[in-house]
Amino acid sequence: MQTENIVSATEFCKHNNIEINFIITLHASSLIELIKIKEEVFIPESQLKIIEKILRLQHDLDINSEGIEAITYLLQRMQEMQNQLLLLNNKLRMYEEN
Amino acid sequence: MEFIDYYKILGVDKLATEAEIKKAYRKLARKLHPDLNPNDKNAESEFKKINEANEVLSDPEKRKKYDEHGKDWQHAEEFKKQQQNRQGARNSNESQFYENDQGDFSSFFDSMFSGSRRTNQTKFRGQDYNAELNLKLIDALITHQQTLTVNGKNIRITIPAGIENGQIIKLKNYGAPGANGGPSGDLYITFNVANHSQYKRLGNDLYTSAEIDLYTAILGGETIIETLTGKIKMKVSPETQYGTKIRLKGKGFPIYKKEGENGDLYVTYQIKLPINLNEEQIKLFTELSNIK
Repeated sequence: MQTENIVSATEFCKHNNIEINFIITLHASSLIELIKIKEEVFIPESQLKIIEKILRLQHDLDINSEGIEAITYLLQRMQEMQNQLLLLNNKLRMYEEN
Repeated sequence: MEFIDYYKILGVDKLATEAEIKKAYRKLARKLHPDLNPNDKNAESEFKKINEANEVLSDPEKRKKYDEHGKDWQHAEEFKKQQQNRQGARNSNESQFYENDQGDFSSFFDSMFSGSRRTNQTKFRGQDYNAELNLKLIDALITHQQTLTVNGKNIRITIPAGIENGQIIKLKNYGAPGANGGPSGDLYITFNVANHSQYKRLGNDLYTSAEIDLYTAILGGETIIETLTGKIKMKVSPETQYGTKIRLKGKGFPIYKKEGENGDLYVTYQIKLPINLNEEQIKLFTELSNIK
């Protein structure tokens, strides 16, 4: 069975000077996953990187949560397209040198 | 070290207001931010420039100093004083968002403003690094170790057999150090696996061609086929046609992170016709031709 470390959302918010509501909003927008244990909210370790990226976008670019949602969706699509491009390039390489 | 025109970088006038500078910075940052341009080294480098320009021009004190000493910074008294302190400042453990070992600020910035960087109370994870590693096809055949130098640090990594061209692996916490006590970023290594003159790879399968002589093709027999791991003897069926493709199960490329499992090897037969026939051979071929 795979296990994952979790971080208390309250602690994380305290650490990063952000409101817990911000994390809840990200969860409501399906941008991150959260775990609730006995009414306390926890952040899985895998989600920390996503939250930190969102914080950077907010901090550096002054982008609101709707904008971040749109950016995240577009970045995901871009990643999928890049993977597809890589796959096609590798296929093409096979014929190019024949 | 050259003079850096921060106004030009942000595309604003020397008399630009704080609001105009902020607007210009935001506009460029939204275009060049590393999070919006993953794996784009050019965007990352441009972002560092605008970040530095904004760092100076958005701070009234730094802007004043820059405007006063700007082009003549090399002769500025303050510069000399700071240069003496520079070594000490460099040795400090100060860490900034987007800073890496090579530094996110130019030496021009360091000379004018060393030790005066804005402090940020928010903890940030360090920036991710990207590196590329070139491998021969044969190198990707077995799990092996290699030493990489990334930003001056030697990192020994294990490369699993079956790694694909363009595949990216992540080494956690091998990126830039975090800011204000935040965790380090990650290192992403992109593998460039070169083609092989004799074998083509598609996923886990390998494709190659083998020559058989006319007589073996017609009458059947045996042929030796070279695989990436050695030679194998194959039976050739009678009346094998030119371009016949055979599959050698499990003789292809190792499957990534599945020890002992391999793809298949596809061999296309090419029939080599005899040349410089002697009289007897010509006679026999003519007889054969007449029989048909």
